[in-house]
Amino acid sequence: MFNRRVTFWILLLLPLGWLSTFFIAPSLLMGIFSFRPDIEGDLRQLFVPTLAQYANVFAEKSYLRLLGISIGMALIVATVSVLLSYPLAYFLAFRSGKRTRMYLVLLLVPFWTSYLLRVMALKLMFGSEGVIDSFLRYLGLTNAPLDFLVYNRNAVVLTLIYVWVPFSALPILAALQRIDLNLFEAAADLGAGPFNQFKEITLPLSLPGVLASFFMVFIPTVGEYVTPLLVGGSGGSMFGNIIQDFFTKAANWSLGSALSMVMLLVTMVLLFVAIRRVNLRELLQ
Amino acid sequence: MLYVPIAVLFLFSINSNIILSFPLSGLTLSWYQKLLDSPAVLNAASNSLKVAAGSSLVATILGTMVSILYTRYQFRFKSLLIGLAVLPLIVPYIVLAVALLLLFSILHINRSLMTIAVAHVVVELPYTILIIASRLAGFDEHLEEAAMDLGANYPTTLFQIVIPLIFPAIVSAWLVAFTVSFDEFALALFLAGTEPTFPVYLFSQLRFTNRLPVMISMAVLLMAGTLLLVFISERLQRAK
Repeated sequence: MFNRRVTFWILLLLPLGWLSTFFIAPSLLMGIFSFRPDIEGDLRQLFVPTLAQYANVFAEKSYLRLLGISIGMALIVATVSVLLSYPLAYFLAFRSGKRTRMYLVLLLVPFWTSYLLRVMALKLMFGSEGVIDSFLRYLGLTNAPLDFLVYNRNAVVLTLIYVWVPFSALPILAALQRIDLNLFEAAADLGAGPFNQFKEITLPLSLPGVLASFFMVFIPTVGEYVTPLLVGGSGGSMFGNIIQDFFTKAANWSLGSALSMVMLLVTMVLLFVAIRRVNLRELLQ
Repeated sequence: MLYVPIAVLFLFSINSNIILSFPLSGLTLSWYQKLLDSPAVLNAASNSLKVAAGSSLVATILGTMVSILYTRYQFRFKSLLIGLAVLPLIVPYIVLAVALLLLFSILHINRSLMTIAVAHVVVELPYTILIIASRLAGFDEHLEEAAMDLGANYPTTLFQIVIPLIFPAIVSAWLVAFTVSFDEFALALFLAGTEPTFPVYLFSQLRFTNRLPVMISMAVLLMAGTLLLVFISERLQRAK
């Protein structure tokens, strides 16, 4: 038993040490920094804590408005992704027969492809002078450049949906695959048609998967900053982009930390809501 | 629809014109040839390989340890530890990136490939745990008990019985961790020093249209490599 106890401490201390140093400590530091009045002088110097940065965050309406917009965009992205991936998951679970595994690998191909390049490919396709644009002009259907799909918020939302759809299908697929097929037979015997079977069996039983999928897309999308950077242009930025600006261009790390803490808080609240709604452990099995 | 953009990329990499527009002006492999004379591109790709290889190795080892704790031990604060380890899956990368940037700045650690790798371990860990723990939960603990009854101590049992049995899961966890790191941009952009990884370098070159075809051909090669790895591991798992 002595062995087992020693092993326990080794197994515990190494991962815990890593997470404490590179996950907990930096988050705490960020919290501490958000109470710092400014970043004059050495980073390590002591300072009198102040709520000034948070006052800034709440005084400047545009920050909170952008946070609201980001949450709204994430809502749209998550809802549409779930709606699009549900039929996909449904097909994989019930209609693909023996080839499910192959389709699943195919579905995940984008996961193995560079994210930056996939986004750029979309830009190459939809942008002015892009594939679709030049093709339409070659056919003589249009003669002005198409520009409504790049460098604005629509572009960010569309790109994010495109990126998320294959992944949001996975939790739904997991839920659908657990449904006992005998239920359908029983329902059919009792006279339920395909629509009623779907409404009474498939939909309710797959709901945990749908919710998991929704939050899986929603929560990270609120904190997104790369996609707006790539296709958003000046009008398409999200809340994550102001944090990025304060840590790079504007170099106001204390205000950046305060904004970042707000984002962390929002994420935690959303996560809390998600955990109350979704039984995560059930989905992992 | 999912694959069209990827096909477009491939088309772009063999198109002779710098701008991809219809009708195609001709096909060529010269971009792939030019790749060999572009040390910066090759260097960035090899940086990515280093970061991905190092971080995925550490993440897989730590992930295996956490998974064994999770499935084979009962202790207080267990769910807290697991929650903590899986949390980076949810925390926005921008938050993690600036927090780590603060930490490294305060410790006067210069940003380098190492700092990127450290961050990548944190975000790869949840994936490895999810894969390995579900495998560990699925197999018979009696084998371990039998080994212990026959006089093996616990570490020996782990190395001789448990690890070999879950090895396929460990390999696929490692692969997933590798690809997560290889393509990661949001953290790397903040934590890269003078040496860029491939996504960071690619981002810095996006403005220069004339360099794009070479970048894209590199990316197509890398993608082909990853896909090959994935299919091999898929085969390995199915052969079992």
